[in-house]
Amino acid sequence: MSIHRREMLTALGTGALAGLAGCSGLAGGEEESADVAGETLTLTTTTSTYDTGLLDEIHGDFEEMYGVSVDAVAQGTGAALESGRNGDADVVMVHARGLEDEFMREGYGVNRRDLMFNDFVIVGPEDDPAGIEGMDSATEALTAVADAGATFVSRGDNSGTHTKELNLWEAAGTEPGGDWYQETGTGMGEALNVATQQGAYTLSDRGTFISQRSEIDLVILVQGPIEDGPEVLANPYGVMAANPGVHENANYDLAMAYIGWITSPGTQEAISSYQVDGEQLFFPEAVSEDPNFGQYVPEGWSGDSSDA
Amino acid sequence: MPLEPTAQLLTALPSLLDLPFREGYVSSIVYVSLYVSLVAVALSTLVSIPVAVVLGLADFRGKGFVKSAINTGMGFPSVVVGLLVLFAVSNQGPLGSLNLVFTREAMIMSQFVLATPPITAISLAAVSGVDRGVRDAARVLGGTRVDAALVVLKEARYGIATAVLAGFGRAISEVGSVLIVGGNITSADGISKTRTLTTAIQLEARQGQYETAMVLGAVLVALVLVVNAVVVRFGDRGVQR
Repeated sequence: MSIHRREMLTALGTGALAGLAGCSGLAGGEEESADVAGETLTLTTTTSTYDTGLLDEIHGDFEEMYGVSVDAVAQGTGAALESGRNGDADVVMVHARGLEDEFMREGYGVNRRDLMFNDFVIVGPEDDPAGIEGMDSATEALTAVADAGATFVSRGDNSGTHTKELNLWEAAGTEPGGDWYQETGTGMGEALNVATQQGAYTLSDRGTFISQRSEIDLVILVQGPIEDGPEVLANPYGVMAANPGVHENANYDLAMAYIGWITSPGTQEAISSYQVDGEQLFFPEAVSEDPNFGQYVPEGWSGDSSDA
Repeated sequence: MPLEPTAQLLTALPSLLDLPFREGYVSSIVYVSLYVSLVAVALSTLVSIPVAVVLGLADFRGKGFVKSAINTGMGFPSVVVGLLVLFAVSNQGPLGSLNLVFTREAMIMSQFVLATPPITAISLAAVSGVDRGVRDAARVLGGTRVDAALVVLKEARYGIATAVLAGFGRAISEVGSVLIVGGNITSADGISKTRTLTTAIQLEARQGQYETAMVLGAVLVALVLVVNAVVVRFGDRGVQR
């Protein structure tokens, strides 16, 4: 029954689209390329790109250039990728390379590009009960927090930051748990607030921390690679288009226009000049004399093997 | 003591003028909130009142069960309703080809699901509370069953107004489902597309901007107050006639 109905709706939708396509074909005979003006691009992304104000700052330029609107939905990395899997996003912009690769391997995404990076920092109360200030190993710092039983606030929400945190605990060889380990299940901003209230440690992306520093009572205790901290705290963001082969109503043309625009020198410049409180939040990495060949070609690929 | 939150809200109001928002932002989220909730409540009312009247006047086996089911609906967690509507309108879902995900229409759908049970249940209680004699008198005076139902409806109008207001209150103050199906979207120039007062408050709270969140909360309370006042006024005029 419901399957029937769905087929009918799909047929209706396809019919309507075909009709529209026919009309525009007749009316716009002189125009040679697909006209995206007036369309809407749905971008699902993580809270850190949205809450820092970056997307609102740069999207006006794209909207003006193409005469389109961008619907940015701030969900957190896990949910943003899930929206992509369900065919509800045209572009996904997240920060968890492992989850992104999985998404690509499953065939939901195409044309991934490295976009920009910042880094994670371990923040905590100024009096630093676990004594981790200035440590140059993130895993040692976490182990110290666990050994001291000092309160640690975890995002616990399958976000990019949460994924990174879990990877760090695993690398530290410590199974987090017990009274001192609190999962909030909230966005970064709320997690920082909870950590402030409890005088707790937490892992934060530098961007969100800077944009909220005036509201909270925490200090950076372990720096990320931007301030010469350990490389393991790097926080790279990637952007990818939904695969139109999987979800046929993904707006692929516009998605690729977006990816082209956001990885262009002009927009990358705009990203690097975006500041909050006089500090740069994101560091562009899409434009390079030596682009990362590996991001287009799976590891272990060879000419005569069709498998990754 | 109980006055304190109100006092806080009142002192927060003047700062509305110097909020860190762009022009048109607050008015656009107020508009989206009202639009979505009012449309959803109007649709719910269209469904709820006939159901309440029919249920209230009819006697059949299993009526108690139907009542319990409706009352249970009042307790639906909004996040669960949001997820169900998301599954329905998502591209993978049965309504996927209509492209409703992250739109106001999807938000109206989820608020419709949330507002209908309280409106039906409270209307049903109001209809059931009308003296049976009123209905009998209408029939004795030569009225049809529809006439009798209309008389009952008129007698129950206060209860029904309360029902509609309760439904409106549920819809406009609800954050879980509209966040999931609407996506809390504004365009880059800060004009709301699917951001409501509640999801805007959630966003501010997420960023630790508690004061701004409180101010938006005050706007929401003021809005509900105005809507309630209008309905009460409307109801009183109806009586004088």
